Formats: sequence, structure tokens, C-alpha cells
Amino acid sequence: MMASQVEKKPNVYLEDLSEGLWKRTPPLFTALGMCPSLAVTTAAVYGMAMGLSTTVVLVGSTVLISLFRRAIPRQTRIPIYTVAVATLVTITELVLKGFFPEIHQVLGLFIPLIVVNCIILGRIESFAAQHTPARALADSLGYGLGFTWALTLIGAIREILGAGTLFGLRVMPAAFVPWAIMRTPAGAFWTMGILVGVITLWRQRGAARRVTIPGVGLQRMREAAEGGETA
Amino acid sequence: MAKTTAQIVETDPGASLLVSPGPHIHAPISTQSAMLTVIASLLPAAGVAVYLFGWPALGVMVASIAGAMITEALCLWARKRPILLWDGSAALTGLLLAFTLPPQLPLWMAFLGGVVGIGIGKHAFGGLGSNPFNPALVGRAFLTVSFAAPMSTWPRPFDGVTGATPLVEIAATGTYSDLWSLVTGATGGSLGETSAVALVVGGIALILKGIVDWRIPVGIIGTTAIFALLAGVDPIAHVLSGGLLLGAFFMATDWVTSPITRKGKWIFAVGIGVLTMVIRLWAAAPEGVSFAILLMNGATPLINMMTRPKGSGKGVNGK
Repeated sequence: MMASQVEKKPNVYLEDLSEGLWKRTPPLFTALGMCPSLAVTTAAVYGMAMGLSTTVVLVGSTVLISLFRRAIPRQTRIPIYTVAVATLVTITELVLKGFFPEIHQVLGLFIPLIVVNCIILGRIESFAAQHTPARALADSLGYGLGFTWALTLIGAIREILGAGTLFGLRVMPAAFVPWAIMRTPAGAFWTMGILVGVITLWRQRGAARRVTIPGVGLQRMREAAEGGETA
Repeated sequence: MAKTTAQIVETDPGASLLVSPGPHIHAPISTQSAMLTVIASLLPAAGVAVYLFGWPALGVMVASIAGAMITEALCLWARKRPILLWDGSAALTGLLLAFTLPPQLPLWMAFLGGVVGIGIGKHAFGGLGSNPFNPALVGRAFLTVSFAAPMSTWPRPFDGVTGATPLVEIAATGTYSDLWSLVTGATGGSLGETSAVALVVGGIALILKGIVDWRIPVGIIGTTAIFALLAGVDPIAHVLSGGLLLGAFFMATDWVTSPITRKGKWIFAVGIGVLTMVIRLWAAAPEGVSFAILLMNGATPLINMMTRPKGSGKGVNGK
């Protein structure tokens, strides 16, 4: 099978990891998970908490689904995925509630809503359900940590401009007047748009030297060319 | 001068003035000459502002124009475009923004408003001719939402003591006790919006020069007056107060962000008039001209599509 050949490549896990971590980082370069990205990133710590909660659920559910990928009937796969995701979300929510009640209070409804985060169902359906648990782990860890850094960065920028603090510590001079708009979802859209623009510009500088399609690793390009891998 | 104008026309073929659907006749008018004419037509109101509110008003204008022009230059440089700073479009945005600000606003806020208006309102969308929203009003919206207290502190003319603007009294009683002060401008309010006479003189000059279409200001002012009559409040007070005249003559008529067809211009103007009065009468904010214009800016592409003229020989369904 093609699968065995592919999995012998030493760099395939790195490639899986880097796709979500940098090349297709949600929500910046894969416009998934926009709702929590805009709603809860008023401060860096909330962005980070949201990102990490999502990562826990994402990694757990993709590995779980990947383990049972041959057992899950195609017709009922979506309910099964949802049950797995919902279980992990419940665990995550209880852990947050028990150990980080302040963060839980701010993230509120957005923690149970991780169930319907399209990144999770997207990675399960398009990757984990067809790949080994090890590759699913690398892929989901990449997407989860990518989502985490992106949300932390959006949160940090909004916190600095909207409140003058970073992770709760004062970073702007006392004379700084906070920009209230940065605390609103409109400010989140601005921050996201400007980040996408700046990072894209920076990537385009090096694009001429690059041979791969931006956002897709060589191994995945090969898989796509060969009609996709079915494990 | 003639040479500069020709160069600008040549390097900036996308810029157009009285925008209309084809066919077109070429006119010897450039972005630069049009922008400079608009700036000149704003000078009476600028003079009144400095007379009424003193040097702080001039400072706000300079800071806002500086913010707009510096950002324009930086954005054009970053986007590798010819730095056509002297076409006057950024200076006009800065001046219009300053007109909508309180006269004693901290200078850095006026500067920041210019930066946001040009950076996010204009260049993020592709620069001159591509922005869906009026850049000056984007800057003002940013400042209004971000700095609520300084953006609603209105000094009285001459003595600078802060007090309520006429709009507060109009909102409470439906009319204003001193209509003459609304005409001359000797009231509290945004820097360039208080003097009806200076704005109307500038606006009529622009219409006569063919720079702006009369339909938009007439439509906005007419709708506002009729709406006020129907709602049982004083139409004269509502037309003369707040930013209505400034918005009607100088903001809503922006070529880039208003519809290009005649029918479209009427729809656009009526929409602004209705939204302004709805916000003034029933919303929490006393003034709604800038948000009304921004909302109708958003509807402009749709209005253009709906009012597309039929080509010669086309049937009733446009087929």
C-alpha cells in the first residue's frame, strides 16, 4: 500500500505538524473557528486558554477517532465524532471550572461551543479518519498549537491597545488612553485582518524562492497527486 | 501645474470624478484639481472654526491632516505605488475628519484618527477609488467608539467652556431657541459643522463647479426636513444643526463611496436622511449623520447593481 511507503518518510510527522502550526494556521490562514477567535480574545490569557482548551479536545478526539477509524461505519460517522468530541469538551469544561474558575467565567458559553468548532470536525473528517493515530496526533497538535498562538497573539494585541496591559501586567505608559474599539468584536476583526495582511506580505517576500505550493507540504502534494491516501 | 495635472491623469487612470455609467465624454479635470477645489470650498468653514474655537481648532486640523498624509505616503510606499501625495485626496480626508471632531480634542487623537481613516478606511481596501467607506468617517467612527468622553466634550465658541450642543436641546424639545446661531455657527459642536452659511456657500460652489452632484445634498436635506415634519419636530432646527449640512454636501457626495446612477443617488440620499432622523429621534446617540452615511456607503454597491441602466435596445427585463 501507498500508506506504508509514505509512513517510512522520516519527515512526514514534521510536515503534518507544520501544516496547522504555521502554514494553514486557523483562524488566520484557515478561516475556521472564527467565532471563539473574535469573541473571547479580549486579553492574551483568554486567547491562550481558549486555544489550549481547543487543543486538548482536538488532539484527544482526533487520536480517538483515528484509533477506531476502521470500526466506525461511514453512515453514522458524524454522530460518533460528535459524541467523542462532546465527551472531551465536557471533561475540559469541568477541569476549567474546577481549577480555573475565573477563566471559565470569562470563556463561559464558548467552552461548550468547542463541540461545534469546525476545526475539530474538519481535522477528524479530512485527516484523522484516514490516517494512523500517530499522524493524527501530529496533525491535530499542529492545528491546536497554531490556533493557540494565533489566539494568544490576537488577544495580546487587543489587550495592549484596549487595556494597556499584557497578561494582566501594565505595559503601556500611564498616559496611554485605551482604545475601547479594540475590546469590541470590530477590534478583533481589525486585528485579525492586519495580522493576515502583515504575515502574508512577509511570506510573499520569500515566495519566489519557494517551490512548494504555499500551505501544502511536499508529502501532502504527492498524496494529492496520487489520488489521496486511504489507510 | 498643467504638467503635474497631466501626469496624475496619466498615472492614475482609475480616478474618476462625477462618476456615471457610460458613455463618457472626456473632461479636462484631474483628481488633483477636483480635490483642491473641494479643499478650497471647505476653507470658509475652516476659517469660521478657527474664529469660533481659536488655535486648538487649527491644531486639530493640522494634526488630522498630518496623520492622514503621513499614513498615505507610508501606505503608498509599502504598496509600491507612486507616491501621489499632492493629489490632495489624503489632505482632504484629514480636513474632513477634523471637521467632524470636537475642537479641543487632544492632538494625538486627531492624528490617530487620520492614521486609521487612511490606513484602515482607504489603503486596506486598495487605496484611492477602491474604499467602500468614506475614510474620514471611518476615522471618526474609530475615535467615537474608542474615546467616548473626549469625543463628546463640546466647548462653547469664544470662551471654550464645555456645554451641551444644540442637538441635545433639539432632542429634548424638538426645536431650538436660537435658530440664527445655527446659521452663523456660533454654537457648540464639531469643529467644522456649526456654521450653516459657510458650509452652504462651499457646497453650492462645488455644485456649480460640477464637482458634486446636487441630487445627493438636496435628497438628504429634503428627506430630513420631510421626516422631521412628519415626526412633528422642527425641520429647520434639524437641517441646520449637527453634521447634517457638512455630511450632505461634503461627505455623502464622495465620488468613490456614493452610487453612480441618478436614481441610485436619490435612493442613497433618501436612505441617509431617513437613517439620520431615525438615529436622532430614537437611538441613544444625539447625532447620526456619520453612521447614516457609513451605512449607506455599505449599501452603495447594491444600489449601483439595482439601478444599472439598460443598454440601448435592451428589453424590459434588461435582456
